Amino acid sequence: MNDTYLDAVSTDVGKKVAKKLGLPQPVRLRRTDTASPDAPLVTGPVLVLQDAWSRASADAVAERLLGWDLDVRRDPHLAEHQRWGAVIVVLTELEAPGQLGGPALDLGEMLRRLAPSGRVITLSRAATGGDAPAQAAARQAVDGFLRSVAKELRAGATGNGLVLAEGLPVEATSVIGALRFLLSARSAFVSGQLLRVSTPGGQAPADWTRPLAGQVAVVTGAARGIGAETARVLARDGAQVIGVDVPGAGDSLSTVMNGVRGSALQLDITAEDAGARILEHARSRYGTLDVVVHNAGILRDKLLVNMTADRWNDLLAVNLLAPLRMNETFAAPGALGPAPRILALASTSGIAGNRGQTNYAAAKAGIIGMVQALAPRLAELGGTANAVAPGFIETDMTARIPPVARQIARRANSLNQGGHPVDVAEALAFLASPQAGGINGQTLRVCGQNLVGQ
Amino acid sequence: MTPTPAPRRAAVIGANRIPFAKAGGAYAAASNQDMLTAALEGLVARFGLAGERLDEVAAGAVLKHPRDFNLTREVVLGSSLDPHTPAYDVQRACATGLEAIVGVANKIALHQAEVGIGGGVDSASDAPIVVSDRLRAALLRASRARSAAERVKAFAGVRPRDLAPVAPGVAEPRTGLSMGEHQALTTARWGITREDQDALALASHQRLAAAYDRGFFDDLLTPYRRLDRDQALRADTSLDKLASLTPVFGKDGSSPTMTAGNSTPLSDGASAVLLASSEWAQGRGLPVLATVVDAQSAAVDFTRGDEGLLMGGCYAVARLLDRQGLTLDDFDVVEIHEAFASTVLATMAAWADPAFCRERLGLPGALGEIDRDRLNVTGSSLAAGHPFAATGGRIVGTLAKLLAERRAETGRPARGLISICAAGGQAGAMILEAA
Repeated sequence: MNDTYLDAVSTDVGKKVAKKLGLPQPVRLRRTDTASPDAPLVTGPVLVLQDAWSRASADAVAERLLGWDLDVRRDPHLAEHQRWGAVIVVLTELEAPGQLGGPALDLGEMLRRLAPSGRVITLSRAATGGDAPAQAAARQAVDGFLRSVAKELRAGATGNGLVLAEGLPVEATSVIGALRFLLSARSAFVSGQLLRVSTPGGQAPADWTRPLAGQVAVVTGAARGIGAETARVLARDGAQVIGVDVPGAGDSLSTVMNGVRGSALQLDITAEDAGARILEHARSRYGTLDVVVHNAGILRDKLLVNMTADRWNDLLAVNLLAPLRMNETFAAPGALGPAPRILALASTSGIAGNRGQTNYAAAKAGIIGMVQALAPRLAELGGTANAVAPGFIETDMTARIPPVARQIARRANSLNQGGHPVDVAEALAFLASPQAGGINGQTLRVCGQNLVGQ
Repeated sequence: MTPTPAPRRAAVIGANRIPFAKAGGAYAAASNQDMLTAALEGLVARFGLAGERLDEVAAGAVLKHPRDFNLTREVVLGSSLDPHTPAYDVQRACATGLEAIVGVANKIALHQAEVGIGGGVDSASDAPIVVSDRLRAALLRASRARSAAERVKAFAGVRPRDLAPVAPGVAEPRTGLSMGEHQALTTARWGITREDQDALALASHQRLAAAYDRGFFDDLLTPYRRLDRDQALRADTSLDKLASLTPVFGKDGSSPTMTAGNSTPLSDGASAVLLASSEWAQGRGLPVLATVVDAQSAAVDFTRGDEGLLMGGCYAVARLLDRQGLTLDDFDVVEIHEAFASTVLATMAAWADPAFCRERLGLPGALGEIDRDRLNVTGSSLAAGHPFAATGGRIVGTLAKLLAERRAETGRPARGLISICAAGGQAGAMILEAA
């Protein structure tokens, strides 16, 4: 789990050597302080830029940010000793590609003054078939622009975009909610992503640092790794958490769940009645169930030429068929609380493919299809279904990858390092939160802008 | 002053144990405190009790290091429970766990507690080793010494042979006989055959294995130190294999019958049972598995009288049934702790014997017989192992769940009986009911 290269280049000498040799220069990312989340939300002043047509929207965004006591600037002048905590570029009213140059070049002038783990965030609109060709071109141009900016950033800074549905105001709860997530340390390992906000749904939480207060959440595969961390982050954000894992992992499960004052349910999720038993446990103990995180998963890597039916079937049963079957229970009307959230773990392997992982990638791509199809059903119930696709994350699972392959996998992203389980957990917690109610059917990558896939 | 409320029945909410290991096996490096903490933490997690203040935690160990004088409280302090949870230690030999549960259940019955945990732990691997009396006296003298010279002088009387450690005795102090040798006398007295003992042992293994296979223990057990099933369990054992073992106890007699296969192995393990008032359970949305109806302890005079050391259960059960106006036929499930296969068989033979029941139990005739289909239906100590003080919690948890299952299947109340024999001629009995 230790990234010794990252440790080495974090020293003064290591930093110089890496620079001289042109080696990757990863830095320690700013992550949420569990004792005081979101303090500070960003590390410096926040600059809001816009194209000439989006000024009103940019004003609205700036006003919202002021509500969080941020140092919001509309003027790019910055005192010598200061660094931008974030630069937000509002491009929602772009009508033609020619209008992008101004704000793009303005942003360019700011990049040298971006703080470590700083943020670049674009707000734009989804290009659709109904747009005039020039408008669609302008809107889609933001996509390529942002992804390239993110690759140019250094020192743990990330670039991400919010893509708003036509007509959705920038003040919509989920736009502001997502903006906050992307500004904060919670999104440390999310970069190069364009997250779609499709509806005005969602609610601002009473306390932004505990958005899940009063919610009951279940996490499968909670005994270790990403699942354990997800239980911790959901609990930190105020949720009452139920951890599920196979009986054989009961000892680590009980340690994790006692640590978050939750409860442990030893259960094989491939059992016919797994969904019903989880729902029953949640309802009898806590009265309701609001959030489901399908995290449990296994690996059965083999090249397809050597694949056995057992390896294929076991993996599909746990990683895809079990969530599908359990959702028959969870997505039924009245099963979950008034704003249900179904979340599942996809993978960059399911997006870009990965040699030796035909079964895993099929299952993880299946998860992406699953949440897309669940989204309209959950919307009818006042909720959402989304997936998070981790890239290379430092876990016990990836620690078993041979050292050289592991080093390559770690550096093959814009942040030149592996993510931590908490990074995935933060993304799941955000999508579970009430302020993300307008984000539905999406797959958010947490991969440090992995070089492969979208 | 508020009037004293009427007694109520304590409810068994759930239980947890770690798999039992063979002595010197998977838990060889674990202490009693480690194991009891693991069992308690699993229970806390199952019922979401982290950070909660319970009214009482009672537990104990039969083989206990002097440093563990406050074992249960230390375990609570090292657990996720609120450190304001009080705790006390109990010891009644192999009935320690049951006694701890009775104590907590009684406090709940008398409204002195709303929720508590009873349990026990034992390690045959990490047994306390004691120094000789002469060396101990010298060490104490030395600790009181005021000068180096006095300290040296304190050891003057110590001889080399005094330096050898004294292993904990498993023999009865008053007779010098081991528990197995005592039971061999009882086995012969009741004419319990080798075949019967081996058949009972086989059933124990087969039933315990089947219970594991159907997931019965998924919510009664938390894995520990890479063990997720009892180490003594031999799912593939057979009558032939059991018949091939050489007798280890009663070898002075004409035809010894007790082997390692039909006697419990020395074991390490821990268990804990969550008890509460029905109101507490309801408030938490926790279903009640069963309620504690009544309990009874008894002891026999095995030193001067002619009763068998492990026959106390006969007496405890007889008194319990008499008080409750019940017969053996009134129980859906009966759990008789399998210290030895012949203990169970001799106990049942005695209950079926009119002369014994008249003369010893003061009954008008035989107490009755127990259909084997109702006896130790998910196996018992022969297959699971028997970490002395942990057995009570194992049996109470298992029986409570069996009764809840039975009630769910039949829609009728189910009643269960427990009998646990213990060293010193003692025994404990308990009635549980799923109403």
